[in-house]
Amino acid sequence: MLEIVSWAAVALILFTATTMLIHSDWRITLGALALQYLAMFWLVTRHLPFAMGSVKLITGWMVVVILGMTRLGLTNIEEEEAFFPRGQAFRLALMSIVALVAAGASPRIETSIPGLGLPVIVGGLLLIGGGIIHLGLTTNILRVILGLLTMLAGFEILYAAIESAILVTGLLAVVNLGLGVVGSYLMLAGSTPLESEEDL
Amino acid sequence: MSAPILWIVIPFLTGVFIFLISSERYSAWVGGGVSAVLSAVAFFIPIDTALLLGTLSIKIAPAIQVFGRSFELNAADGLLLTIIYGLASLWFFGAKASGSQSRFVSFGLMIVALLTASIAVEPFLYAALLLEVAAMLVIPLLVPSYQRASQGVVRFLTYQTLAMPFILFSGWMLTGVEASPSDLGTTLQAGVMLALGFAFLFAVFPLYHWIPMLMEETPPYATGFLLWALPTFIAIFALGFLDRYTWLRNSPQLMSAIQFAGLFMVASGGIFAALQRHLGRILAYASISHTGLILLAFGLQSPQMAHLVFLTLIPRGLELAVWAFALSIIKRKAYSLQFSDVQGLSRIYPVATAALTFAHLSITGFPLLAGFPSRLALWQSLTNDLLLLFWVFVGMFGLLVAAMRTLAVFVMTEEPGWKLSEGWAQAVMLAVGVSGLFLLGIFPQILQPLLANIPSLFEHLGR
Repeated sequence: MLEIVSWAAVALILFTATTMLIHSDWRITLGALALQYLAMFWLVTRHLPFAMGSVKLITGWMVVVILGMTRLGLTNIEEEEAFFPRGQAFRLALMSIVALVAAGASPRIETSIPGLGLPVIVGGLLLIGGGIIHLGLTTNILRVILGLLTMLAGFEILYAAIESAILVTGLLAVVNLGLGVVGSYLMLAGSTPLESEEDL
Repeated sequence: MSAPILWIVIPFLTGVFIFLISSERYSAWVGGGVSAVLSAVAFFIPIDTALLLGTLSIKIAPAIQVFGRSFELNAADGLLLTIIYGLASLWFFGAKASGSQSRFVSFGLMIVALLTASIAVEPFLYAALLLEVAAMLVIPLLVPSYQRASQGVVRFLTYQTLAMPFILFSGWMLTGVEASPSDLGTTLQAGVMLALGFAFLFAVFPLYHWIPMLMEETPPYATGFLLWALPTFIAIFALGFLDRYTWLRNSPQLMSAIQFAGLFMVASGGIFAALQRHLGRILAYASISHTGLILLAFGLQSPQMAHLVFLTLIPRGLELAVWAFALSIIKRKAYSLQFSDVQGLSRIYPVATAALTFAHLSITGFPLLAGFPSRLALWQSLTNDLLLLFWVFVGMFGLLVAAMRTLAVFVMTEEPGWKLSEGWAQAVMLAVGVSGLFLLGIFPQILQPLLANIPSLFEHLGR
């Protein structure tokens, strides 16, 4: 039963990572990110205690809220840069390649690091691949942050299986929150008036 | 009182306090003063040794436990802390005079505290996480709230974040390599992971393009601080890896790869610097070239390696501080920092332009300046490989050409007469900085106490 739920989490990860990649609407993208953290939570708790997994889930959702609130408050935002390749078909093809690579590489990783579990490896690799594709396709600040968060989520799924220190979990939560705050700051920068003459 | 509280928690909280009070007038003095005091305490009061002052006994405990892991600063770290906080105080004292934002000091203190935590944390591998947090704190310094975020900043954040997983994974894999050193597959994977992680952190070619972009788009003083602080602590972190894993420092292939990467950075940094027409970009390429020299020193398989790394690292803080400070002053007059905008500026800003030139020459390795002793030692260590030496020379020559071009542009004017446009504080600080450059160049033995202390910083390096 647990295995089936784990594979369902992997399917959810594939769905959310693809949605984030092909949709330009920030509301849908952030919604997908929130769902992604739910799937990540399940996979992380395969190896970490429930409480430590919850930290990652709550942190992730806090990041989604921070980014969402910031984006909501911005009015004069330039649309994402239009540069080739931006077609949805191309992005779908890229995500398919990532899925194929993850499916192909996972059994080998499972052999060399026994005990991780195939769903954990596939889920982790899908997120890492999806995040890196995201970073490669855009220079838009919100999307870069989303790419970094996605990549880190994948890394955290895999790393949770080999390192369960509370300090690491705490610091990774700080890094995730920090990325959210920095992303918000970078989105806001330039949209506020000068603070004082000294700023000139 | 324990050492981590003194040199990590207190400066961090001071940074938070300065941020909250947000007083531009006092922040530089408070931040600089706290750093100077911490530097003096590190110098005069040995860690983990009882000190009797009359009837009062003082002892700084070396470690604290946080969530089951320890943060530890030993007696051997004392001189390192002296230098780190001493150089940090120079940066903070100069903040107001350079016209930096008030939050430079507050965030700067927090960054230095986090970076100090990165050398204190055990297992040392967790330093990668602290370096990432420190890198994120740099962002508000680079992007003022009224300015749109540039691509250089986004790439900097991306590369620093990408480095962290590689380092953490490689650390875990290295433990496996230690357990079964004959497993070549795992060894290779761990080596590649580690190399990629440090390539991102050190901004090895071709991952360094964000540095010139930053220097062009962001405040030079903040970027100079970043170019001093992060590579310094990353180098110490990398030395920790070499010290911890015997096979790493005994692997000729890995050492050759590090040397090649360093050589490429030295040569390309120097050549690109010679071709620039923007003062900020020249500084960027000079710092890239300098990081290449540090990597070259890493690649030396000799007991002198750690000494050479520190001998190269320490003057870097002063050189970059003087250079970035002078650039900040010049930028107030010529906003773009293009050659066309700074022509003849030596007549109006004689102290700033002279200081900038001396700092540049020092990084080039010019005799009598702070950079010279380390270059001389490095050249002596590389004498058995003439090709390597040739390309190092090309890089240094490129930097020298850039210095000469800059100097030519500064004095290129037909207007007669001189004017001192720098404020007295600016002039005094620049003069002190340049004096420091000469002092370290003429009397390099000042650094001897620290260099002699290096074997106690590491278990295996420097012995």
